[in-house]
Amino acid sequence: MKLNGAQILIDCLQKEEVEHVFGYPGGAVLHIYDALEAQDKITHILVRHEQGAAHGADGYARTNGKPGVVLVTSGPGITNAVTGIATAHMDSIPMVIISGQVPSPLIGMDAFQEVDATGITRSCVKHNFLIRDISEIAITVKKAFHIATTGRPGPVVIDIPKDITIAQMEVEEYPETIEMRSYKPTIKASNRQIKKAAEMLASSKKPILYAGGGCIIGNASKELREFTRMLGFPITQTLMGLGAYPMTDKQSLGMLGMHGTYEANMAMHGSDCVVAIGSRFDDRITGNIEKFCPTAKFIHIDIDPSQISKNVVADIPIVGQTKQVLQALIDQMKDKKLEDISSWWSQIEEWRKVDSLAYKKSPGVIKPQTVIEMLYEVTKGKAIVTSDVGQHQMWAAQYYLFDEPRQWINSGGLGTMGFGLPAAMGAKLAMPDRDVACVTGDGSIQMMLQELSTMLQYSTPVKIINLNNGYLGMVRQWQEFFYEKRYAMSYMDALPDFVKLSESYGHLGIRVEKEEDLKPALIEAFNQKDRTVFLDIVTDPSENVFPMIPAGGGHSEMLLAGRDEMVSKDETDFNAV
Amino acid sequence: MRHIISVILENEAGALSRVAGLFTQRGFNIESLTVAITNDPSLSRMTIVSSGSDRVLEQIVKQLNKLIEVVKVTDLTSQDHVERELMLAKISSNSKDGVDLKELVEIFGCKVVDVTDKIYTIEVSGKTKKINAFLDAFDHSSIIEISRTGVTGISRGKN
Repeated sequence: MKLNGAQILIDCLQKEEVEHVFGYPGGAVLHIYDALEAQDKITHILVRHEQGAAHGADGYARTNGKPGVVLVTSGPGITNAVTGIATAHMDSIPMVIISGQVPSPLIGMDAFQEVDATGITRSCVKHNFLIRDISEIAITVKKAFHIATTGRPGPVVIDIPKDITIAQMEVEEYPETIEMRSYKPTIKASNRQIKKAAEMLASSKKPILYAGGGCIIGNASKELREFTRMLGFPITQTLMGLGAYPMTDKQSLGMLGMHGTYEANMAMHGSDCVVAIGSRFDDRITGNIEKFCPTAKFIHIDIDPSQISKNVVADIPIVGQTKQVLQALIDQMKDKKLEDISSWWSQIEEWRKVDSLAYKKSPGVIKPQTVIEMLYEVTKGKAIVTSDVGQHQMWAAQYYLFDEPRQWINSGGLGTMGFGLPAAMGAKLAMPDRDVACVTGDGSIQMMLQELSTMLQYSTPVKIINLNNGYLGMVRQWQEFFYEKRYAMSYMDALPDFVKLSESYGHLGIRVEKEEDLKPALIEAFNQKDRTVFLDIVTDPSENVFPMIPAGGGHSEMLLAGRDEMVSKDETDFNAV
Repeated sequence: MRHIISVILENEAGALSRVAGLFTQRGFNIESLTVAITNDPSLSRMTIVSSGSDRVLEQIVKQLNKLIEVVKVTDLTSQDHVERELMLAKISSNSKDGVDLKELVEIFGCKVVDVTDKIYTIEVSGKTKKINAFLDAFDHSSIIEISRTGVTGISRGKN
């Protein structure tokens, strides 16, 4: 049977068991849309902007672990998607992005809607392909899904010229498996390294586990829990790792890093053995690297060898899948006698007493922290929470205690404002039975507002928790601390009426201005099972995120709420970002 | 420290730009880069001369290995190897410093490959140091134009 390139492509996507494609049509992909329309196995979600397609597929992938699939046209179609692709790349999210390209003979001729898609995306994808012949379609799709989902996952772009979607050929069998001589990710770690790590763990007196997004993407949550409980060690999690280990558990010290808890950062600072599990010593974690963990030895577990000894030199590097490595360590540690670490725990309990997430309520204003605490209460801690980027993101990370992996969906690496809403839509499509909340702010939400329209079309009821303080809060906070309160462009005048706005999109809008109205509004929102509800919550415009490690500071130099409100200018390292 | 990194990669369109892009993206230093097909026509060999601390070099090798099309990366500097560079140099024949061109060609074991009435084109090959020494033997003004290939290298024996 002869099929055209577009039909072969859709056929391949079906073979990969793709259920949802997030996309937007255009000239170069019309044949593909024609083929998509002729089948009913794959549901296409028509977004309102290609960035929304990429974030939607990303939120979908983060929630259920399957690769997200995006379909966009050439030129502006793919350039609009780039921010979403870069977001997925920084957080190692499996995605396959199919972009149309101008017909092969026109490539390089500055044709209408032509951009060098593989050139533009090269530095923000795991890999990309430009298909040159119809016979390459099947093998390329197979390779793309294989590369996107194995090793350290990431986005893969397939650029396909229009003429190739039109050409016809006899269909061949879709390959079951694929072998690539140049791509063989390490899975199983070296036994020698496992043994060495076990020795170091057993002899450690002040250990701490530091778990990152690799525990979630690598589906290692079960092994992480067993390992942590077996050892009785304290554990801290990165922004990307929240939920890999239950945050309500007594061994959990909460998040570490720039806005981490006092106990987590002090424990890192005082530790003699830091075990990094699927985390990469990002600058938001380490603070000033010269002052980072001065007394610790490092065991670093990561599937990507290039992460090891990149920022911090590992004493025991272990390259492998977090799941497999943790299991091997569990087996290795079973009969090991551990050091008594009760004095280390007493020290940690002292730090815990500082209660670094305590905040003062003031009459007449809603504190943003209260909103998150109440969201937690109303959803019983079970909702999937997506977020945008800024202060609200940090408060959500600090005050919503995630107990399960894939419950907390945020743009950690790239810090993409606008991510939250389309990601919530993707999350709801992936898990239709779960409550999904999007914690956002008045700045971020306006970057992807148009997706409210998509959410009506495909009935993806999510609850938008807009912490409306009239400011780009994180920018304002830095200006208050480090720029002598010169608030350059961080105040947003002329905000829309979010209630009317969401109503015009066909959703329910509720404005909350008093704390006593907050809980009833949240309950009402989550009772509306089938509707997207926009809660526009007016919060204290002057609230800051604490604790905070100022740029250039170390873990022991945290600023605490109520204790340190200001930093003098000469203490600030403006070279740090 | 100077390192010669040998990269075997799939002979595919775009592979070169991926390697070049990696070096700029991560701020790695690149002194020279040569690339050509190997005895297996599906593979190319790229030889890159770079410099940096041991940690930077470790990152260069790891990041190169991470590229999907890269099959093998070797730091030739860390093992027994042979390296060569080729240069074509146009030298003015009426240079005033009285250097005897033919004598130099003999000393450096190079070849005159083209002669016009005033210009000799000379082919020099060897280690980078030798090529530099050859150029140093001339007065700057007598060197009209040069074209260097950059270093290529290969390990010795079985490796």
